[in-house]
Amino acid sequence: MRIALLGFGSVGRGIAEAVSEKDLGLSITAVADSRSGIIDADGIDIRDVLERKRTTGLCGTPGITADDVIESGVYDVLVEVTPTNADSANPALGYITRALAAGRHVVTSNKGPIALRYDALMQLAASRNVQLRYEATVCGAIPLIQALEIGLAGNTITALNGVFNGTCNYILTRMTDEGLSYSQALLEARELGYAEADPTYDVKGVDAAIKLVILANSIWGLNASLDDVDITGIDGLTTDALALAEDLNCTIRLIGEIIPEKRILKVSPRVLSKDHSLVVRDTLNAVTVETDMAGEITLIGRGAGSRETASAIIADILFIRDCHVERT
Amino acid sequence: MKLEMKDKPGQLIAALKPISDVEGNIMAIIHQRDPSAAPGDTIDVQIMLDLPGSKLESLVETLTSQGVNVVRIGEERLLIRRSVILIGHIMHTDLTDTVDRIDSSGLAEVAELGMVMPAINEPSSAKITLKSSSLEEIGRAIDLLRSVAREKGLLVIEPLEEYP
Repeated sequence: MRIALLGFGSVGRGIAEAVSEKDLGLSITAVADSRSGIIDADGIDIRDVLERKRTTGLCGTPGITADDVIESGVYDVLVEVTPTNADSANPALGYITRALAAGRHVVTSNKGPIALRYDALMQLAASRNVQLRYEATVCGAIPLIQALEIGLAGNTITALNGVFNGTCNYILTRMTDEGLSYSQALLEARELGYAEADPTYDVKGVDAAIKLVILANSIWGLNASLDDVDITGIDGLTTDALALAEDLNCTIRLIGEIIPEKRILKVSPRVLSKDHSLVVRDTLNAVTVETDMAGEITLIGRGAGSRETASAIIADILFIRDCHVERT
Repeated sequence: MKLEMKDKPGQLIAALKPISDVEGNIMAIIHQRDPSAAPGDTIDVQIMLDLPGSKLESLVETLTSQGVNVVRIGEERLLIRRSVILIGHIMHTDLTDTVDRIDSSGLAEVAELGMVMPAINEPSSAKITLKSSSLEEIGRAIDLLRSVAREKGLLVIEPLEEYP
C-alpha cells in the first residue's frame, strides 16, 4: 500500500522510521514538510530522506509543496501529521478535504480538523467510499477509538473519563513526589521536552478539552465544540493543595469527563484516591470507559511521543488496508 | 442505641437481625456480660449503626416486638462527608462568610477546615470537609460552595468519585 506523508516533524519521522525498519508492506511515495517535498511513484528511499532532513532540515526539494503531493495522486492513503491548529484547523483541514474528495483514504494525528469538522469530513469520506481514521488524535498510542468502535461494538457507552494530557500529568506527578512548585515542575517538563515552549494549551486544559470534543462527536454524535467544554487547567494549583490531598490518601489529576446523560463535558483538576486506576504516573494517559455490557474498561498507555504516535497511525493504515481495501 | 434484652441464648441475634433487615450497617457492638448475672436477668448492649433516618422508627418497632427494650437512641449524626480542596485568597475573601453560607443553608455543615498559607499575597490552599445526612443534600451543598467560590475567585477541586 502506498502512503503520502504530510508533515515531517517528530511524528512524521517516527512513521517513516517504522515503515523503513519494519516489514509492514507499506511504501512511502511522497513526503512534504513545511518547506519542501519529494514525490516518487516507485517509492522513496526513506533512509535518504531521513538523512537529508537531519542534515539540511528539508525532506526534499524546495518548492514541492503539500498541495503538489496531494495532487500527485501516487498514494492510496494520505497520512496527515502536520501541527494542530485548534482555531481554524488549517491548513490540515484543506489537505484532508482534498484527499478525501479525490477518493483517497486519510489517516491523521491532527486534532484540529477532527474536533472542528468531524461530521462534514466523515460524510465526505462516506460519499467517496473511503476511510478517515484518527486514532492518534486522542491518547497517542492507546487504541481507544479502535476499542470503542470495534472492541466494544454493540455496547452503549454511558460515560468516559480519564487523563488526556501527559504534560499536565507529569507536572502533577512531580509536584506530588518532590514537592516542586507548579512553575518549577513546568520548567522541568519543558527541559525534558514534555512541554511546548508555549505550554498554554496543555496546562490550561485546552488540549484535553479538544480530545473530549473529538470523543463527544465521534462516540455520541453530540456535535460539541470547545465552547461546550467546562475547562479548568492546572496552572492555579499549589503544592500545598497536593499535600492536603495527600492527607486524605488522595492526589490530584487533571481529569476529562463526559457524561452525555447529564450533559457533562468537563476538564478539571480533581481529587482521586491514590489507588484509583486513573492515577497514572509521569506522562502516561489513562481512560476509563463505562459501558452497559462490558462494565468499566480502563486503558493506560503513552499519550505522546514520536514512535507512540506512529504506532497509532500505522495501526490505522493497516486497518484500512486489511479491513477495507482488501475486502473491496 | 442502647438496648436491653433478656440474658438468654439467641437474644443478641434476635436484636441484630432486624438491623440487617432494614439494611442498617452495624459499626460496633459493645456488650459486657456481667458474670454475677443470674439466668433471666436483663443485659445491656450498645450498638453503633449507620441507618437512613427514615428507617429508624420501623426498626425500633420490630425490636420492641421481639422483646428487646430500646433504652436510648443516640443523637443522629451527620454521616456523609465530602472533602474538597480550595485554592485562592481564602481568608481575604471572608472565610467566615464562606463557612456561614454553607452552615446556614441547612444542607450541610463545615466539619473540618485545614488551611496552608505560604506567604502574604500568595494563594492559600485549604481542605474543607462538609458533612450532611444525605447524598442529595451534600451534592447541593457542594453546588453552593462551587458558586460561592466562583463569586470569590477561588478554585474548587472536587473529588472524582465519592469516597468516605
